[in-house]
Amino acid sequence: MSAGTPRLPLPLPAWAAKRTKVGARGSILAEHSGQFLLVAPLVLYMLVFYAAPVLAMLARSVIDPHPTLHNFARLSHDAVFFHVFANTVLTAVIVTAGALSLGYPVALALSRMRGTAATVTLIIVLLPFWTSVLVRSYAWMVLLGRHGLINEALRAAGVIDTPLRLLNTAFAVDLAMIHILLPYMILPIAGVLRQLDPALPRAAAGLGATPWGTFRQVVLPLSMPGVIAGTLLVFVLSLGFYITPALVGGPRDMMLSQLIAQQVDLLNWPYAACLSATLLLATLALLGLCQALPGVRGALRPAIR
Amino acid sequence: MNRPALRLAVAPVLLFLALPILLIVIVSFSSASYLTFPPPGFGLRWYRVYFSSADWLVPTWLSLAIGAAVVALATTLGTLAALGLDRLPRAARGAVAALVLSPMIVPGIVVAIGVYYAFARYGLIGTPLGLVLAHTCLAVPFVVTSVSASLAGFDRRLEQAARSLGATPWGAFRQVTLPLIRSGILIGALFAFITSFDELIVALFLSGSGAITLPRRMWDDLRFAIDPTIAAVSTLIILLTAVLLGGAHLLRVRSGRANGR
Repeated sequence: MSAGTPRLPLPLPAWAAKRTKVGARGSILAEHSGQFLLVAPLVLYMLVFYAAPVLAMLARSVIDPHPTLHNFARLSHDAVFFHVFANTVLTAVIVTAGALSLGYPVALALSRMRGTAATVTLIIVLLPFWTSVLVRSYAWMVLLGRHGLINEALRAAGVIDTPLRLLNTAFAVDLAMIHILLPYMILPIAGVLRQLDPALPRAAAGLGATPWGTFRQVVLPLSMPGVIAGTLLVFVLSLGFYITPALVGGPRDMMLSQLIAQQVDLLNWPYAACLSATLLLATLALLGLCQALPGVRGALRPAIR
Repeated sequence: MNRPALRLAVAPVLLFLALPILLIVIVSFSSASYLTFPPPGFGLRWYRVYFSSADWLVPTWLSLAIGAAVVALATTLGTLAALGLDRLPRAARGAVAALVLSPMIVPGIVVAIGVYYAFARYGLIGTPLGLVLAHTCLAVPFVVTSVSASLAGFDRRLEQAARSLGATPWGAFRQVTLPLIRSGILIGALFAFITSFDELIVALFLSGSGAITLPRRMWDDLRFAIDPTIAAVSTLIILLTAVLLGGAHLLRVRSGRANGR
């Protein structure tokens, strides 16, 4: 028994435990009281310092100044919101497509590697994963700046005379976000591929399939849960990005999180809450969809570190 | 797909992943007074600037202190919860897990302005306490998942055996359970520290002017000038992260061996 269970008799055998469950309604609670006591401090903590603050803030969208859905109704003909929302979704689509096309081959290679090569590759994938987003965004500022590596290299090679404007563009945001989110695509796909029975591709090859045919008809379809998990994860995380677009993006391609922060600075809480609710609902809806798909749920797990 | 073709496709992507980080490390040793690549020479100039400037060292110590407090709070709450969560009735377990793990998926800006909105009323803006309280919420999921994972491989009958041999509940926990889940707890604590140490979005709103953390200080600097001091700071952060991750990896390998996996 765990530390929080005071002076209980020895654990009951399974049949006896079952019998107590049939009894009075309170008995389940009594039976699990030790467990509830262990969980309670954290649940209380999260309710007070996390759930209540976020919900109180979100509530400003429907009770300001009195109970109303006016704020949400206004969103539907708000040109700024539409521009920012469209830009956010477009960025998320580009980043997801980029991460999938770059990440799938790496996941495939990673799942086939053994020994040192596998470890080194995993480190290359994981180190940026855990390096702060701020540091990685800064790296892209250094690379893409007016006197950054890319401009200097192009000028040295005689391709350009004046530095290209790379930083503070939508392109910079896409590139930096793909770099930051790639591991979230690679890990779930590699996880599914590693579970794949190696006898299956061998059987396909034995039956005369070309390597490409084996990949297309056997490996690719079986890796779909990982692909869907990675795609949804990268898409959902892209929707909420703040630091990277703020540092490497331009003023005209604002993302939803930036608009929310800007409205908070203006103390426009009802509007900020409304936008937050929209972002949160989109996130939860997509992840709910993900959990409902067979096989995808398990594939998500390795990605959540 | 055959091997050479795959290697051809993978090498550039790995380079793309590693290059920006390598670049930062190289730039941090530059001897130039402004950001330029390739550096005209190498030296420790920017590390000297960092280590001799209170503007950088004060936020660094604050981030380390906040990280340590978050580790203490998140590891205690998270470990207790993971121990109880394991044996809760199914429905209760689902509800608790949804609450506790949700900071991993709720967009950072939503959490940040939510705590800003609530904490402002209690005078917690610009205080280290406010940051510790908020960072703990973000760090706890890592402790819960990592301790839960180590509990999944733990045979609860060992505890029952200890109890039947006369151990007190606390004694059974300390002498049987704790040694077996210790690496799970330590891994969770490491990730809790990294989460708090790197955190920026919440800090942007809660730091105010009285509790400037290291990421917040870097952010302020990046808005005005990008001198190579930030590269030196970033390199030190990368080094610290790598050391902590290496520690977590060793713990995992060792506990895997201890459990016969």
